[in-house]
Amino acid sequence: MNTEFIQINNGEAVARDRIPHLAFDDFRSQALDIVANGGKIVHFFAYPGDDGVNLLAILRSDHLLLAECRAPEAYPALTAECELFHMFEREIAEQFGIRPEGHPWLKMVRYHPNERDLPDIFGNDYREDIPGNYDYYTVEGEEIHEVAVGPVHAGVIEPGHFRFNCIGERVLHLEIQLGYQHRGVEKLFLNADIKRLPILAEGIAGDTAVGHSLCMAQAVEALAVIDTDTGARIIRTIGLELERIANHVGDLGALSGDVAFLPPANYCGRMRGDFLNMSLWICGNRFGKGLVRPGGVRFPLTDEDRRVLTERLAELKPQIQHVIGLLFSTPSVRSRFEGCGVVSTPDAQKLGLVGPAGRASGIAYDVRRCFPTEHYQRLDFPANAEPSGDVYARAKVRADEVLQSIAIIESLLSNPIETRCVEDGDTKLAPASLAVTVNEGWRGELSHCLLTDADGKILRYKIKDPSFHNWNGLAMALRDTGISDFPLNNKSYNLSYCGFDL
Amino acid sequence: MLNTLKNRFEQGHRTSAYPKTPIKLPARYRGLPQVRAQASSELAAECAAACPQEAIDAGRRLIDLGRCVFCGTCERLSESRFVSFSQNFELAVAAKDHLLTGGELPSLAEHAKKHFKKLFGRSLQLRQVSAAGCNACEADLNVLATPFFDLARFGINFVASPRHADGIVVTGPVSRNMKTALLQTYEATPAPKVVIAVGSCALSGGPFRGSAEITEGLDKLLPVDLYIPGCPPHPLTNLHALLTYFK
Repeated sequence: MNTEFIQINNGEAVARDRIPHLAFDDFRSQALDIVANGGKIVHFFAYPGDDGVNLLAILRSDHLLLAECRAPEAYPALTAECELFHMFEREIAEQFGIRPEGHPWLKMVRYHPNERDLPDIFGNDYREDIPGNYDYYTVEGEEIHEVAVGPVHAGVIEPGHFRFNCIGERVLHLEIQLGYQHRGVEKLFLNADIKRLPILAEGIAGDTAVGHSLCMAQAVEALAVIDTDTGARIIRTIGLELERIANHVGDLGALSGDVAFLPPANYCGRMRGDFLNMSLWICGNRFGKGLVRPGGVRFPLTDEDRRVLTERLAELKPQIQHVIGLLFSTPSVRSRFEGCGVVSTPDAQKLGLVGPAGRASGIAYDVRRCFPTEHYQRLDFPANAEPSGDVYARAKVRADEVLQSIAIIESLLSNPIETRCVEDGDTKLAPASLAVTVNEGWRGELSHCLLTDADGKILRYKIKDPSFHNWNGLAMALRDTGISDFPLNNKSYNLSYCGFDL
Repeated sequence: MLNTLKNRFEQGHRTSAYPKTPIKLPARYRGLPQVRAQASSELAAECAAACPQEAIDAGRRLIDLGRCVFCGTCERLSESRFVSFSQNFELAVAAKDHLLTGGELPSLAEHAKKHFKKLFGRSLQLRQVSAAGCNACEADLNVLATPFFDLARFGINFVASPRHADGIVVTGPVSRNMKTALLQTYEATPAPKVVIAVGSCALSGGPFRGSAEITEGLDKLLPVDLYIPGCPPHPLTNLHALLTYFK
């Protein structure tokens, strides 16, 4: 494979003049080549360059690969040849008004006008009330019926619209249309004072506050050339793992509740809170907001803190083990989990599923092992991959990760941790540069890409939540599944609406 | 069966005795901020300039709890000489101008609407609407149903339909794309009804203020009865607000 894409490192500052600027045709064919050989897409987005809009791609094989090209106003869609580009090309069309010709399913991502005041690709006038005003994919036939759910859902959860095409109880097709949560986050990053960046990053998805603020902090550290100390890297690792445990434990409980087995539902609900309370103990916020800042962390882990957290873990660990044991040994639970909502490994590969959703379909990719940041180089934990691709696999991967993460935190707490806590400083970003940061959030691959202009001002801030890859996995899981199993499948993914909608 | 019983015994009884017995949050929790009126005006101005949320009025020595995300920047910068955050999680107020505070909040119980207590004091059914919330506020409302908080023992429940609700609880900065759905949910709730705004986003736009895609404050769209500050508010802040305002 002959490629002009260059290899870059996770969290490395790259001068923008080092980015290979290819002719569009070369860019297209080489990008397709890389993904045809097993590569995946970390980022593919448009940004305003010095003399026109550029398309920039960051792909991953064993390395991160980077190249860009001038964006044509219209171009032959890459999605037509490879499904992995599907969401990215829709996003580019929506954000910059660039048309991917022959895209098989060109529709809105988040319902907002484009950056360049060009006519809307989808023919929308955003002065009108647009969301929901859209022709859903329909299946025709006398026996076919549709079920529409959302944007306001029955539970205390975020909004989004789900449209089921069913024959009897069987779902033929589920279309998921989001965008209701769009807050214009990427745009806010452009003009925000540097002091606002952590607050914005923590608000991208509140259940992933540590993950997203870590991506932001690492990008700023790369471009401002700030080093973090070992203690800070350990505390950040603990913060990210606590976030993972709390969310996985909560979801295991919710899964149990969805199959009407209430004991684990209640126990997990309570124990999730105990893990959130550990984050509260460390940084004063249950979601880890306020912990991570460019340059390190704001709070130390004193010997007293280590003692308290170690004691709490020692108390919780057997309880978690026993509840997980109860959940997975109960026949009524197993019979609902097993074989439900299967996404095969080839389908998961084509959709580019990441995180536990990918691992449950046999794709072992984990940023913590493949592109480690913070303290992960020094940690050893097994690859989690379950081949069956069903609700059982998604629950199992998460349960295994809970126990691994507890072991990781226990080992990190066993030695004194010294760090110099950081205060907000006057941070100057390197001009005309790029940094991409990738971390394994609890839902999977999180990535931020920060580009600066010639004055060191933020030129483009691109955010990618793993949900951007995985929502189509949920739609795929529902194919030929009973509609009453939707809540169960939905919880097994538990994807982010606001992380997707930005 | 034995396994189920074993787990039941191991889990024990976990429900909090709050509000009968006071509860203490960890030392690093940042609750109601206390502003020192005697701090120098230079220090106050410095803190106001450093505040990522522009929530500090340095001249009047007040903090806008609607904007504040309780990040603690001002406390660290002033080494508690201008602002210090207390452990007091009782933050809710009944009027927007009460959010501007130097450290004392008006009594919520006294400002509660009396007819609400009469109508909803024994049974309060609420419909939650996330209008571009980041899922932190939503999650910490959801936990009120877990055994530790056990909201239902007070006769308060979150229900699935606005038709069954006595009011709505709104989180998030009300994105342009959620505005219609939110207003329709409000319309679908039978009167008399209450509107509760939870979290910095619903109070002021929060971290997202300045975006053309959001509304800076739910009160611009609906008559808000109860304001609960925080990013997100601690579950006890929510619990205190509901019990004090309606009981």
